[in-house]
Amino acid sequence: MKKQLQEIQEKAIAALGQVKQSKELDDIKVKFLGKKGELTAILKGMKDLTNEERPVIGQLANDVRNDIEKKIEQVKKELASLELKARLENEKIDVTMPGHTCACGHRHPLDKVIEEISNIFIGMGYEIADGPEVERDYYNFEALNIPKNHPARDEQDTFYINSEIVLRTQTSPVQVRSMQKGKLPVRVICPGTVYRSDEVDATHSPIFHQLEGLVVDKNITMGDLKGALAVFAKELFGEDVKVRFRPHHFPFTEPSAEMDVTCFACGGKGCRVCKGEGYIELLGCGMVHPKVLRMSGIDPDEYSGFAFGMGLERVAMQRYGITDLRLLFENDVKFLKQF
Amino acid sequence: MDMSMTWLKDYVDVDADIKDFVEDITLSGSKVEGYTVLGGDIKNVVTGKVLSIEKHPDADKLVVTKIDIGSEEPLQIVTGAKNLYEGAFVPVALSGSTLANGVKIKKGKLRGVESNGMLCSVEELGCDGHDFPEAPEDGIYIFKEEVPLGADVVEVMDLYDESVEFEITSNRPDCFSMIGLAREAAATYDKKLNYPEIMVKEEADGDINSMISVEIKNSELCPRYVARVVKNVKIGPSPRWMRKRLRSVGIRPINNIVDITNFVMQEFGQPMHAFSIDTITDRKIIVRNAEEGEKFTTLDGNERTLDSSMLVIADTEKAIGIAGVMGGENSMITGDTAEVLFESANFNGPNIRITAKKLGLRTDASSKFEKGIDPNLCALAVNRAVQLVEILGCGDVVKGSVDCYPNKLERRRISYSPEKINKLLGTEIPENTMIELFERLEIVVDKEAKMLTIPTFRPDLETDADLAEEVARLYGYSRIEPTLAAGTPTVGKKTYEQQITDIVKDTMISNGLCEAMTYTFESPKVFDKLLIPEESELRKTVVISNPLGEDFSIMRTTTLNGMLTSLSTNYNRRNEEAALFEIGKVFLPKALPLTELPDEPQKLSIAMYGNDTDFYTIKGIAEHLFDVLGIGNKAEFRPQGNISWMHPGRTADIYIGTNHAGYIGELHPTVAGNYSIETRVYFAVIDFSALVEGSCLITEYKALPKYPAITRDISMVIKDSVFVKDIEKVIVDNGGKLIENIKLFDVYQGSQIESGFKSVSYSITFRASDRTLIDEDVNPSMKKIVEALEKEFGANLRE
Repeated sequence: MKKQLQEIQEKAIAALGQVKQSKELDDIKVKFLGKKGELTAILKGMKDLTNEERPVIGQLANDVRNDIEKKIEQVKKELASLELKARLENEKIDVTMPGHTCACGHRHPLDKVIEEISNIFIGMGYEIADGPEVERDYYNFEALNIPKNHPARDEQDTFYINSEIVLRTQTSPVQVRSMQKGKLPVRVICPGTVYRSDEVDATHSPIFHQLEGLVVDKNITMGDLKGALAVFAKELFGEDVKVRFRPHHFPFTEPSAEMDVTCFACGGKGCRVCKGEGYIELLGCGMVHPKVLRMSGIDPDEYSGFAFGMGLERVAMQRYGITDLRLLFENDVKFLKQF
Repeated sequence: MDMSMTWLKDYVDVDADIKDFVEDITLSGSKVEGYTVLGGDIKNVVTGKVLSIEKHPDADKLVVTKIDIGSEEPLQIVTGAKNLYEGAFVPVALSGSTLANGVKIKKGKLRGVESNGMLCSVEELGCDGHDFPEAPEDGIYIFKEEVPLGADVVEVMDLYDESVEFEITSNRPDCFSMIGLAREAAATYDKKLNYPEIMVKEEADGDINSMISVEIKNSELCPRYVARVVKNVKIGPSPRWMRKRLRSVGIRPINNIVDITNFVMQEFGQPMHAFSIDTITDRKIIVRNAEEGEKFTTLDGNERTLDSSMLVIADTEKAIGIAGVMGGENSMITGDTAEVLFESANFNGPNIRITAKKLGLRTDASSKFEKGIDPNLCALAVNRAVQLVEILGCGDVVKGSVDCYPNKLERRRISYSPEKINKLLGTEIPENTMIELFERLEIVVDKEAKMLTIPTFRPDLETDADLAEEVARLYGYSRIEPTLAAGTPTVGKKTYEQQITDIVKDTMISNGLCEAMTYTFESPKVFDKLLIPEESELRKTVVISNPLGEDFSIMRTTTLNGMLTSLSTNYNRRNEEAALFEIGKVFLPKALPLTELPDEPQKLSIAMYGNDTDFYTIKGIAEHLFDVLGIGNKAEFRPQGNISWMHPGRTADIYIGTNHAGYIGELHPTVAGNYSIETRVYFAVIDFSALVEGSCLITEYKALPKYPAITRDISMVIKDSVFVKDIEKVIVDNGGKLIENIKLFDVYQGSQIESGFKSVSYSITFRASDRTLIDEDVNPSMKKIVEALEKEFGANLRE
């Protein structure tokens, strides 16, 4: 009987060695270990054994069963691993084929610039203000120290609706509206559409965009103006950018300045883009004129402030290397999808 | 404003090189736009003397010359010039030289004869007859007198100069003059400004007061009028130094008298005019308003029609000049003028500006006057002019002047506060430094009284802020330390509305739309193009009174045209698909004519076309947006067949709650055709304020379901005209409160379904929050739903 058991064990192990597919394993299991299997059949003869032999053979039979089961498990694992490997090999695909994308839209380059600049100023404690585009002459000019017949009115080629109402030529009227709300301190920027009577060409548009900034508080100095705008320029153009403040004139600021930044094309060495100067004009700025403060109901002896304003088209065009302003308003998707 | 460095150096000793000068003066407040070097290109052109002229052996029109340029061997040069003679002194371009236009000269052979350079005309040296009136029209320039041989002609002919172009701001009209800029240069470098010394010999006989009289009828428009008289005028060319200075600032020399007035205008910024006294009836100058409709011929020969707002210079009979703009043909200086009246007057700037604008006649004089000129310049300028008459020897000056100056402008005294100036600038500039800077600007300082006496040419200086700018710009803007404002802290953030704007834009982009930017003014013709009815409110527009043209003459009341124009651009450039959105304003007048500002509501517009685009594409985008904004269950789409520019069967009104918030649908094909788009176009417009009002960004967590749901599907055949929205309403109304969700999963029309009908299938999900549902819980609801659908729509159910 012992011999029989050993034979079964050998036969089973040999059979397992031949197995190629996992379903053959089940057949082997049934054949040797099943209720009608060979091992069970032999064990039926246990009753004929002596009391001494029975535990020995019983132990042996269990060992044989365990051994076969263990072997089955082992082969099963090996097969599974082989099968998985085969499947994975089979499932090879061309990973260089294009992916399934969902069509993504694009933000307008000008709006991207507005967003970028807005975020810089929000980080510096500014809010974003808005005002009407069809604006009173008073806000667009008078309250900004540009009375009727002031030469600055000619420079700005204004579209008039009637003698009292204009299309705003600058975002500066929002300064006045922000101050008139009477809530101090003021720290606002105002991006927006402005209008001037320029014929359309590669660098001019009768509709364009400006971004205005205004800070009014106690003890605001020109040093603060320089500090804030220097931070802004570094945030927008990078740490290496240098700024330069040049005296200038605006009716609504005094002292006034224009801020230049080092040329994006040559980094300040001087090239064709900056006409050899190394600098490019970025914005106009200055300390809010005491008359403007007073007209908006703020006491210039107690409060001071600074203001700045810049054209956004130019920033966008420089940033993205756009050479024709008209592209910004055509809305050709081949253009828009680049941003 | 152009300025010549040579001329500048007549008044101030600037030794900086041109590059440094340009930067220094820009940083002290006079912005340089650019500069050009005149005569800078000319190299190796020297003076020479013609020794001999011989015929060219092989060419009739050429001659072979020998030129002495001061070296041992004379040069042989072949030329075609006809005005040469032996002994003439001429400019010689040597081999290897460069002319004014950059042309390089090399030796070579002309018809076989060696030529070692070229003899030059004034044109080849960058000049013309205005610079050198003695130069022949066609020929080599011949020096009027002997010149040293071999000398650089740039030096001998005084060709070199640097012309600097300034951008002068409107607060500094005094800088529209050489003296003004010299004053700035002197202040920048802390140097002395040397005013021209004005001395008039006054050698002519006679008393000016018996020769002319002046009456100002409108002293508001003419605060001052100064006249002087010159007799025995000899008209002729002015000398080279004066012509050179005029040319360097872009003025064409004409004759000595005209050149003198122009020279003084450039020098002091005071326009002048010269009248021929013989033409002045009664020798009386009257400054008066023009008569309405008065006709007048200016010296350019054009007849002008004046109105009563304009000021004229007249005599007792007629106008002889438009004040500050242009003189009259009837009183102009001619070759035989013997007696000249020099006018140096002050006119009201804004009035001159308006007059020049109305007449379309902007002159050097008017553009100077319109910026405002110091009336105290008048006498100085006219004296300078007659001094120049004496220097040029072109007339005898009559003693004295007639000066009508009813209200003399005195220098203003203002206080100054070093503390306030430092406080505004954020600096600690000592008072003595400030005083020194003020004095550079000819401001007289009374330190004890803290008072400044401001020169009358600086009306812009009124307050401490103005003074702070003067201090800062001369001290150096770059020396102001940048600081970050301490002050009251503020929180920078976007308003709720601005946050919604961001969300809307992000959602549009995530749906594949590109952001557009369109013009907010357009043509009134777009209404017809858009099939907008005559009586529509949309045709009531804000009209621009001075538009660039009809196409840009009204403020838009709808975003349709902007979006469709953009789609049209895309379509006509053969872009297969285009999907755009814009958040932009429309302008709705409250009443016309406009007295109040119009409403400027913001609109979200979506416009798209493309092969895979249909109504449900654009609707899906809107639904996605509503979902993101928390509007989902408040938004409703109701069929709308009456928008004339939209497809009557494929358009829906959008409601958010009970508010009509916009519409969505397919564009009417006729309108698409009007924009040359031959495909279906989808358009939606939604009031931005309705999105803001309806939005709810606060989310409240609902417990996840604990018990499983039961789902039942039903299919029905129903009339095609029944809207699914109505079917859903019946299901929800009859399904009881256990209904959790209903989902339309199939709509079918086709061969198995009778025409005019459709098959519609729903999944209905029931769930209770406190137990597991069993069939018996939902059977009664399903029965009710089925019965209601049959009753309401005659639906044929196929559960």
